[in-house]
Amino acid sequence: MDNFLALLEGFSVAMQPMYLLYALGGVLVGTAVGVLPGIGPAMTVALLMPITYSLDPTAAIIVFAGIYYGGMYGGSTTSILLNTPGESASIVTALEGNKMAKAGRGAAALATAAIGSFIAGTVATVLLSFVAPFVAEFAVQIGPTEYVALMIVAFLTVGALLGASVLRGLASLALGLFIALIGVDALTAQQRYTFGNPFLADGIDVVLVAVALFAVGEALYVASRLRHGPVKVIPVAGRWTSWMRKEDWKRSWKPWLRGTFIGFPVGTIPAGGADVATFLSYASERKLAKGERKKQFGKGAIEGVAGPESANNAAAAGVLVPLLTLGIPTTATAAMMLVAFQRYNIQPGPLLFEVEGALVWALIASLYVGNLMLLVLNLPLVGIWVKILQIPRPYLYSGILVFAAMGAFSVNFTPVDVFVLLVVGVLGFFMRRYGYPIAPMVVGLILGPIFEDQLRRSLAISQGDPIALVSTPIAATIYVILIVIFVLSFWLKKRQQAMEAEVVEEVPVAVAEQKEGGK
Amino acid sequence: MSAVVLGYVPNALGDAAAKAAVDEARRRGASLVVVNTTRADRLVDPAYADDDDMSRLQETLQGTGVDFTVHHGTSKDTAAEDVLDAAERNSAELIVIGLRHRTPVGKLIMGSTAQSILLGARCNVLAVKA
Repeated sequence: MDNFLALLEGFSVAMQPMYLLYALGGVLVGTAVGVLPGIGPAMTVALLMPITYSLDPTAAIIVFAGIYYGGMYGGSTTSILLNTPGESASIVTALEGNKMAKAGRGAAALATAAIGSFIAGTVATVLLSFVAPFVAEFAVQIGPTEYVALMIVAFLTVGALLGASVLRGLASLALGLFIALIGVDALTAQQRYTFGNPFLADGIDVVLVAVALFAVGEALYVASRLRHGPVKVIPVAGRWTSWMRKEDWKRSWKPWLRGTFIGFPVGTIPAGGADVATFLSYASERKLAKGERKKQFGKGAIEGVAGPESANNAAAAGVLVPLLTLGIPTTATAAMMLVAFQRYNIQPGPLLFEVEGALVWALIASLYVGNLMLLVLNLPLVGIWVKILQIPRPYLYSGILVFAAMGAFSVNFTPVDVFVLLVVGVLGFFMRRYGYPIAPMVVGLILGPIFEDQLRRSLAISQGDPIALVSTPIAATIYVILIVIFVLSFWLKKRQQAMEAEVVEEVPVAVAEQKEGGK
Repeated sequence: MSAVVLGYVPNALGDAAAKAAVDEARRRGASLVVVNTTRADRLVDPAYADDDDMSRLQETLQGTGVDFTVHHGTSKDTAAEDVLDAAERNSAELIVIGLRHRTPVGKLIMGSTAQSILLGARCNVLAVKA
């Protein structure tokens, strides 16, 4: 009951006109970057990090949460109308959604994606409101040893699971941990890896590295690789109120709910974020479909859009559970939101709900509001989102680079930072080029100092006995859970790959059919 | 043989321009050069005709009996430069384009293909209004 009152309190903050405007701005920007391939919510939040200087924490967090949710909505539009997923969690949507659009059912696909996202987002936010305080209550009791265990879980899962290759993910993580070591040691005031350079004594700012990797590296990569010729937009006919037929509603509501309940738990465990949830949902919808509808899969089944689109939004809410209660980010965007918290000297973690209760509940309330806004914005404004895609790429990426350089300069107002940005940005480009995931590096950089602090503290308590790290019951349980998560995740990955292979096999068939039809 | 260059876009305006270009080519006894190119620097380029649009246009043009060639595809120059280039190469007597209203902001950001053709052409330009 306390939590419910706290949530109402949160609404009273989030409904203030000023915060409503911030939420609106956030979801608009989020949808726009979701629509554009090559620009994701993580990059956007990294680029907008300087707004934390001038906004109060509630406003900034509301903006970032809006971007995060908006990105999930925007991705589906390009997937359906252009067969070019705007972000990775929408790849599955393109499978069925684009087929539907080609068959003239694009409007229904867009509608089921948007309404499904809304329902899943709202239900998942309700789940978040109830689960998060519960987890936080448990989390308050844990000490440094257990914290170390949780950090190891976060490192290993993010490092090993976010990319395609375990080894590359761990290498990227190690690089992040190393950069985190640069600077003055907090306990002994020794300089580490500074080479006597005063600029390095303060350490390398997380924002700098994040902007360099997410924005500069990514922009360079897209500029060098992405050479999509013009793609034809499939026109959407009719007024948006007539988009969903009665039958569409009937076929969609179950996948919406199933997607929600698949997505939320997958989001809460660090298993690779929303992509896995969408694949799981697609696979289960495919399996559950019967008769005629089963045959429709691969040719534009509405269930194949409704399920995955709900799953990715539910997962987005699920990701906030470990972020808010344990301070552990499991996706790139969540990592950037953690950085935003840290810039206000707020440490997400067990105490967040107690110390910053007002802020957290305002954030959760703003998620409800943001979801509603996204539903209202997305259906009637599809035309505008598609227009964004007409912006010439050079304009876009030069804009991103300028923004990134400005953001880097604003960290400390020294030109050295811009230089560091460029160096790390070029590093990021090569990491992208050779398939090293960049999220583990950022996570390592963010959690590294906290991990070190907790590790040394728990070793100090146990007087240097490393056995103490695994001997408390909670820590031991966490390690067991880690093993379970790993086994489960690898199984999921296998399934995902198997399904991808299956789907890829199907695509040439579909293409052949089209050619025959064309003649 | 003299030539008429048509800057084609796949919409009603482009079709109106095509019709006017055919009339002009017939009247002058000239051949028709159809130009439609893109720099492929954006994901969606509504002015670029896909293969279906092109084959539809070619069918229509074949029906008119006018002698024509097509210059279609991606190019590193802007569409306006390609049209002017084609006119220069074929020593065209006339360029036919469609003209539509643009907002000042749109023109500022994206530039105006029609304007560059009108100002850069060495021959007469027929601007068709749909």
